[in-house]
Amino acid sequence: MVQQLTTGERQNALIILLFVFVAGVAMAAAGGSDPLGVHGVIVLLFGGALAALVMRSYYEREPTQDRLSHYYDDPIKAGVALTLAWAIFGMFMGVWTAAQLAWPDLAFDAGWSTFGRLRPTHTTGVIFGFGGNALIATSFHVVQRTSRARLAGQVSPWFVLLGFNLFCILAVTGYFMGVTQSKEYAEAEWYADLWLVVVWVTYFVLFLRTLARRKEPHIYVANWYYMAFIVVVAILHIVNNLALPISLGQAKSYTIWAGVQDSMVQWWYGHNAVAFFLTAGFLAMLYYYLPVRAQRPIFSYRLSILSFWGITFFYMWAGSHHLHYTALPHWVQNLGMTFSVMLLVPSWASAGNALLTLNGAWHRVRDDATLRFIFVAAVFYGLSTFEGSFMAIRPVNALSHYTDWTVGHVHAGALGWVAFITFGSLYTLVPSLWKRERMYSPALVEVHFWLAVAGTLIYVFSMWNSGILQGLMWRTYTEEGTLAYSFLDSLVAMYPYYIARAFGGLLFLLGAVVAAYNIWMTVRAVPVAAGRQADVPDSGLAPNTVATPAE
Amino acid sequence: MAELFHRKLERTAIGFVIAIIAAASVGGIVEIAPLFTINETVEEAPDLRLYTPLELAGRNIYIREGCYACHSQMIRTLRDEVERYGPYSLAVESKYDRPMLWGSKRTGPDLARVGGKYSDFWHVAHLTNPRDVVPESNMPAYRWLARTGLETEDLGRHLQAQRALGVPYTNAMIANATADAFGQAAPDSPFAAGVTERYGEKTQVSAFDGVVTQLTEMDALVAYLQVLGRLTDAAYSNTAAPQQAPDPTN
Repeated sequence: MVQQLTTGERQNALIILLFVFVAGVAMAAAGGSDPLGVHGVIVLLFGGALAALVMRSYYEREPTQDRLSHYYDDPIKAGVALTLAWAIFGMFMGVWTAAQLAWPDLAFDAGWSTFGRLRPTHTTGVIFGFGGNALIATSFHVVQRTSRARLAGQVSPWFVLLGFNLFCILAVTGYFMGVTQSKEYAEAEWYADLWLVVVWVTYFVLFLRTLARRKEPHIYVANWYYMAFIVVVAILHIVNNLALPISLGQAKSYTIWAGVQDSMVQWWYGHNAVAFFLTAGFLAMLYYYLPVRAQRPIFSYRLSILSFWGITFFYMWAGSHHLHYTALPHWVQNLGMTFSVMLLVPSWASAGNALLTLNGAWHRVRDDATLRFIFVAAVFYGLSTFEGSFMAIRPVNALSHYTDWTVGHVHAGALGWVAFITFGSLYTLVPSLWKRERMYSPALVEVHFWLAVAGTLIYVFSMWNSGILQGLMWRTYTEEGTLAYSFLDSLVAMYPYYIARAFGGLLFLLGAVVAAYNIWMTVRAVPVAAGRQADVPDSGLAPNTVATPAE
Repeated sequence: MAELFHRKLERTAIGFVIAIIAAASVGGIVEIAPLFTINETVEEAPDLRLYTPLELAGRNIYIREGCYACHSQMIRTLRDEVERYGPYSLAVESKYDRPMLWGSKRTGPDLARVGGKYSDFWHVAHLTNPRDVVPESNMPAYRWLARTGLETEDLGRHLQAQRALGVPYTNAMIANATADAFGQAAPDSPFAAGVTERYGEKTQVSAFDGVVTQLTEMDALVAYLQVLGRLTDAAYSNTAAPQQAPDPTN
């Protein structure tokens, strides 16, 4: 990583790392025995370790002048590795927490290992660790290839990638210590949130400057989605996390939003974290890796425009469907429901556009497990957006809310859509990035595919069953007009499904381990392919790339 | 025409970003801003009292342990919920809650009105090992709460931060935060009187975990659980007929 930097850039990197180190020392000093102090130690170790890494290679030969005529792929490679590491961590935590619901004593007699603290390590681990690293890595890849330009920075891509991972580390280690704002999918405390703002602004500037270097007049559709992802997540993150710390030496803060307003802000954030983190960014992957892998142009340019602006506009209204029948005013609930239903149009426009792109390439879907990952992702995207619109309808939500149905819905999206498109993209990306002829073992890709499909289906079906059963038991009346079941009755009925769900999750985790092994061996053991060398900015799009919109 | 416009738009990154911000801002502004200006959003409740320092500390433990991941605190306006848990929740009941803990999942039951429903002793036994009192429960055991001393020195700072954000804690409340935390869990101590004086006669002063010699996290959490739903009576005087869930058999 350091070999690609000039001496001046190495110095810049060291200065930044020195700042990080000093910030860590200051946090450790101010925090003392507070978790903030522990985080200070983590920050200073992080900065110190990276500084040592740069120092070790400081006097190595500088890169040759022609590096600027190549794509900048080192940060992407590191991003792929981090994606896989977080996938295994996050999914393992998911399996553990799932197992705890079936066997509650699978915890130690200490706070860090109980369900309430582990749950955000799973959600943050998979959403931000796995998903976020995949988004950053693929965005660096896609923006370079579709713009035919090298990233507009040598140190800043590393800053974005590693800085983001520092945020994830602070968040997850914080949850083990009980540091949490309790805002769903935004649990990290104020100092980690501030750090993420710095990282994210850098990401935004880097992305825009790279686009400014493009040799294509038009910005390709995948980059629209990456831009929406970067810009809107920044807005959501800042507004939702406005908070007042009780002191600069303590991790605890109080959010500026209270009660009903806080509920709306939290779900405005929460639902749009789904929209702009887990949908927009991954649609960007779809719009690039699908046409590349299928070797077919995107079916319709107009549908791309329609779905992009539909998603960008409609999604922001939908958050209040998480608050049906609550103390949130009725008019907001109705707006949320209405826009959630309308959202089906742009969502299915995207899913349809993806599936129609495969027309003429169905034999590849049959033969190529990687393309099948992408195909299944598009199908699950269509299914779970339909399900989402359906569940946002008030009377349906009366049944589904607070139950496992919601959990099943989220995982249909998170496993079936987000993880499938990510693995499909990784299997496409890895051989081209490391200039290998193919993946180490196509058979293992096939194994991963079936483990993932089985895991997802078992998971989703068990949660549908348990959720609907639970919802019905809560509202069933006897003939005398009294509630038929106690809450405990409904809990007892859940156990078989909780066991099945943990098993489904375990299969999915095994699939991710297989993927990590396969990718590791591809890098280690598959010989470099000569034909891949032509992948440079001046040679036109990457080989086999037909990722231009259809006219 | 529209397509031609878009072909122009997608040639400029800055223009595209501005268009994204414009499109994405509308929904949030329309749905969030009026919640601060429309008066009916939050009901009046003159009797609403504040969390005592001990209850606030307990609330922070509830947050720290992620209790909200499995327990909601929001009774919806549905017949079965009202019959199971009590009057549906009002916005004013979480007026001072930062953050709100309405929750999104009920692996365990709703807790919005659990205060006073069980004895302190039951809560302590249940938190120590839920399966001792509810054999079928899948809730984690929280044994260590009873052996972990409560951090009380910084409670004044907590109240001060809350006041800076608009919660009407008085100077006396802030100055006596630490003493009040001790007093609430030690009914026979000289500190106990100040608690009811500052927070109202209805404040529960009790040796929550049964041990008055040491103030533990168990005391704080039980004090918090016992106040849930009891900060105001507003929900009980608001007797509008609850909305009924649609009958799935029709």
